[in-house]
Amino acid sequence: MKPASFKYYAPESLEEALRLKAQYGDEARILAGGQSLIPAMNFRIMQPAVLLDLNLLAELSYISTKDGKVLQLGAMTRLNEVEGDVVIADRVSLLHEALPYIAHPQIRNRGTVGGNIAHADPAAELPVVALAMDSRFRVQSTNGSHWINSEDFFRGYFETAIDSSEILVEIEMPFLEPCTGWAFLEVSRRPGDYAMAGIAAVITLDSNHICRKARLVYLNLSDAPLDAKQSADLLVGEMQSNELIMEVAIKASEEEIMPMGSLHATVNYQRHLARILTKRALKLAFGRAKQT
Amino acid sequence: MSDNHSINTTINGEDYTSDVEARMLLSDFIRHELGLTGTHVGCEHGVCGACTVILNGRSVRSCLMFAVQAHGQQITTVEGMSASENDLHPLQESFREAHGLQCGFCTPGILMSLIPFLEENPRPSEEEIRAAISGNLCRCTGYQHIVAAVKLYVERDS
Ligand SMILES: Cc1cc2nc3c(=O)[nH]c(=O)nc-3n(C[C@H](O)[C@H](O)[C@H](O)COP(=O)(O)OP(=O)(O)OC[C@H]3O[C@@H](n4cnc5c(N)ncnc54)[C@H](O)[C@@H]3O)c2cc1C
Ligand code: FES
Ligand code: FES
Repeated sequence: MKPASFKYYAPESLEEALRLKAQYGDEARILAGGQSLIPAMNFRIMQPAVLLDLNLLAELSYISTKDGKVLQLGAMTRLNEVEGDVVIADRVSLLHEALPYIAHPQIRNRGTVGGNIAHADPAAELPVVALAMDSRFRVQSTNGSHWINSEDFFRGYFETAIDSSEILVEIEMPFLEPCTGWAFLEVSRRPGDYAMAGIAAVITLDSNHICRKARLVYLNLSDAPLDAKQSADLLVGEMQSNELIMEVAIKASEEEIMPMGSLHATVNYQRHLARILTKRALKLAFGRAKQT
Repeated sequence: MSDNHSINTTINGEDYTSDVEARMLLSDFIRHELGLTGTHVGCEHGVCGACTVILNGRSVRSCLMFAVQAHGQQITTVEGMSASENDLHPLQESFREAHGLQCGFCTPGILMSLIPFLEENPRPSEEEIRAAISGNLCRCTGYQHIVAAVKLYVERDS
């Protein structure tokens, strides 16, 4: 099908974009990479009255670092640029590892970091990575800008804490700490498809290989990225063992996740996938933590 | 409530000035306004890859862009691959020889995905070739001959 009519603006500065967003509010949708919005418009699932195209805003497209320990991404940075960045590969390896799972090369050439996060699909990779990495998001309106922590940002299916007058402008993600291992794994029917289940694991060990901090965030196993805190807490103060990993995998897959099931994966199958993925991810993350 | 815009685009080296409605997809603009019907449309939601074109050197879905967004941009479609209508690009030659197509519906999108990929990675492994075309559906070939065609091209190119 074809999209319904809309009024199109391509602002040449962020200031102008914010002014238009303030003027139109809910009526105006931000057009970033368009890789989720345009399919929805082609199906007429969405019929926004106004589109604000941010593609001319070079000021929102950058990859930089702060104090040598925090990654800063402009909202309009394309996914393929993140994929090819060597600093990210080295210091924010979880993000690097998750990127190739997002759709296909042609879609990553166009899709943006801000769009993937603002869209807040529970099956999307970046919201899960952002939460696992304790990221924060800067949103801006004509009244100024403020930060929102990833814990407070994702509110459910396609819902975030971004207000109708605001635009997501920047994402800050801390580098991995020393002695930290990571893993991103998922299962999908074909490469590039949205996953049936996935996990991001981040584990920090002390010098005796005792777990100091652990984070397990699940993809497509709730209506938003699911932070399995109780399961992760079982790891803290412990050393790696098969029994421990099994206990965490069972707790997470049986008690903490809230899978919805779909045509391609029943709830039981999703729980099964979560258990297997948790075991694999923890082994990988522990191993990497010991090497760093 | 139509919202029209005047755009200038360069497609296959030729400059075009056109008046387009904001809601016109780039794929429809290329096919219906410019008559370049080599770019195919299968699904219109980014899944099949048939509509892939090259935008400023990178392959993108033309069904997931509005024509108005192509203002000031450089686009290559399958018609722009070879020197003339009667020539084939060496990659097209390889596809013909290795039976890299049957009905040909997916072929323009696959070629438009492979051109930038092979420029960046002229000696790809089979795994890399498969990843590069993972976003292009082919209902005929089973992909084996497509991969073989790319390998043939790489072999000849080196
Ligand atoms: C075939 C196909 C397969 C895909 N598979 C995957 C996959 O496996 N995993 C995955 O994560 N994604 C997948 N995607 C989606 C893709 O990654 C999208 O690019 C991404 O989700 C949205 O990014 P975008 O820049 O294209 O945003 P758009 O489509 O432009 O926008 C998405 C939404 O976010 C809003 N928005 C965008 N930017 C901002 C901003 N700066 N501030 C406020 N609101 C904003 C828009 O208004 C819109 O509502 C797939 C897409 C396709 C077509
Ligand atoms: S028509 Fe564009 S991807 Fe299928
Ligand atoms: S050759 Fe027929 S779809 Fe690929």
